[in-house]
Amino acid sequence: MSPTTTNSSGLTRRGFAVAAGAAGLLASAVGDFARAQGGPLKVGVLLPRSGAQAGIGQDCQRGVELAPAIFKELGLPELAIMNADTETNVEVARARAEKLISDGAQLLVGAFDSGQSAAIAQVAEQKGIPFVINIAAAPQITEQGYKFVFRNFPTAAMILSDAFANQKELFEATGVAPKSVVFMHVNDTFGTAMQQGINAVLPRFSMPYQIVEQIAYDPTARDLSVEVAKAKATGAQALLLVSRLNDAILITRELVKQRWSPMAVLSMGPGWYEDQYLKTLGKLSDGPISFVPWYDPHKRLSKQLEAALAKAYPGINMNTNHVFTFEALLVAADAYKRARSSDPKALVDAIRTTNITDNVSIGPGIQFNDKGQNDKLKNAAIQNRGGKLLTIAPKEASNAKPELPMSAYDRRG
Amino acid sequence: MAAEIYLNVAVSGLLTGLVYGLMAVGLSVIFGVVRVVNFAHGEMMTIAMYLAIVLFNGLGLDPLITVVPLAAVLFALGYAMQAGIINPFITRPEHSQFILLVAMALIIANVLLIVFGPDARGVQTPYSFDSFLVGPLIIDATKAYAGAATVAITAALFGFFRFAPLGKAIRACADNYTGALVVGLNVKRLYALTFGLGAACVGAAGSMLVLLVDVTPALGPALTLVAFIIVITGGLGSMPGAVLGGVLIGVTEAMAGLFFTPSAKSMFSFALLVVVLLFRPQGLLGKRPS
Repeated sequence: MSPTTTNSSGLTRRGFAVAAGAAGLLASAVGDFARAQGGPLKVGVLLPRSGAQAGIGQDCQRGVELAPAIFKELGLPELAIMNADTETNVEVARARAEKLISDGAQLLVGAFDSGQSAAIAQVAEQKGIPFVINIAAAPQITEQGYKFVFRNFPTAAMILSDAFANQKELFEATGVAPKSVVFMHVNDTFGTAMQQGINAVLPRFSMPYQIVEQIAYDPTARDLSVEVAKAKATGAQALLLVSRLNDAILITRELVKQRWSPMAVLSMGPGWYEDQYLKTLGKLSDGPISFVPWYDPHKRLSKQLEAALAKAYPGINMNTNHVFTFEALLVAADAYKRARSSDPKALVDAIRTTNITDNVSIGPGIQFNDKGQNDKLKNAAIQNRGGKLLTIAPKEASNAKPELPMSAYDRRG
Repeated sequence: MAAEIYLNVAVSGLLTGLVYGLMAVGLSVIFGVVRVVNFAHGEMMTIAMYLAIVLFNGLGLDPLITVVPLAAVLFALGYAMQAGIINPFITRPEHSQFILLVAMALIIANVLLIVFGPDARGVQTPYSFDSFLVGPLIIDATKAYAGAATVAITAALFGFFRFAPLGKAIRACADNYTGALVVGLNVKRLYALTFGLGAACVGAAGSMLVLLVDVTPALGPALTLVAFIIVITGGLGSMPGAVLGGVLIGVTEAMAGLFFTPSAKSMFSFALLVVVLLFRPQGLLGKRPS
């Protein structure tokens, strides 16, 4: 047996050879992974950062900003975010999506609005680039047979079914229920889809109220006095709404000016829980109940995201915009990790087999059906109280009791 | 539906229309004299709205008070724009004027975007949520103040053009450009003064409009479009026509929203415009071209 030679550090030739071999294998494996991954995944994030939905688009952006640090803690790969502004315009959304792809985006995320998301979905499908929708409820987007489009957000029908179930739960819990409502809704893609959905779903739920009037209006309207006057004239006890942010503020102002305090303001969409709504209206923002896709305050990742938001943006309440934009990126990072490649087909295959149970939204987790839709999401009912957003239904995810009827606007000091 | 709803909506439409009218008066004054269509009208209004917000947030000045200083600031801006940039284009083809003013509108919108960002901004005064109860009528206090100011400003402007020597000189320029030059009037200076006066109306309107509408840098084109519909309906170049047009559009939209569907409000204001153009192309109070 030949003697082994030992150097001054005590490492033998055989040991050195083994170590060098191991290092080589490791380097080779790391190199393969790095080549396969090709650096951070380039994710184009399309949001309405200007125009009528600018406030909401920028709120969604907060979810984007919070993601990198949390993903790092979760051991997920880095994402290279490419921001784009849809200017709250369907055609601009389409053009920006094309531009992002030509600039090298390997996956798209966005775009808060159904009309804009539908336009981006067409582009993504044509170009063969995966698109993960953060927020958009129009059912038809995932009914087109698209192969590259995924949505971790409930459809209008899902939102409505949960909303009516949650409403019944609240009415039973408080013993208070309106007998008549006026349904006011925006007349854009989302609002129209919700209006059709409500008319289709409502008869199945035998609600205690009847819709006595339906009022459609332009989401970019600068004056909603006629709409509110018309609603008030019906003598309805409550308002059922599908709104955006600016019109939610306008409607509240008109309710106060026209001295009408409905028993309840029941919102089936965004607007009424946004931070800008709470800040603009102060104590007049208290009372409305929103039936929305929300976060489960008891989940581990919800607490982590909420803490990160509180640190980065003190005084901002966590909401749908942050949660679902964050989760869309979570889907992207998780898929990239498992696919080990930025190849669109590999990414799509990975997204299709997503099974994230450590998530934020209410429900068992993030999984997609054959149509690319997460059909397991659940909604919540949240109420504005003292500048905070309290979850009041479903009971298993609630952290407060409902207040119904809401206090009259002229008795708030 | 109770009769009071019709009355309430009509009054609301009337007051909204008066504010629309003030928005349009500036456009009408400028076109009536200088014969330049100000395509940057809405963007100038957004400048005034942002300035009103800055003064409200920074100095606590109520927008109803800042009507006067903002009219002065916009007068200076309008005077400088006309004297420095627009005057050389007076005798050039209309498409040159169009491109110039659209370019100015784009520059203004983008500068506002850089300075103030895309978020909607507004002011909340102690009377923002007030309303007056007059019998069955509920009158929005903010709209009532803005409507009253519109009447006062339009009356003052009408008096100025009718009775003040300077106003008469400006009208002379509008009636006969060559004649005004022959009698020794400084037409370029008078044009700049007129543009300044039109811009001052925009400043006053912007200061009041911020009480009713949140402003974004992208709001300009929508305001320009509304102003155009109004002045074409009322008659380009006619001040009373602008106010009448504003009231007609305001009431038409309100009643259309009530009788039909609020989604179709704009459709009815455009329909009114088409009817006026068909049967009275010069507008309701406009002069028939000689």
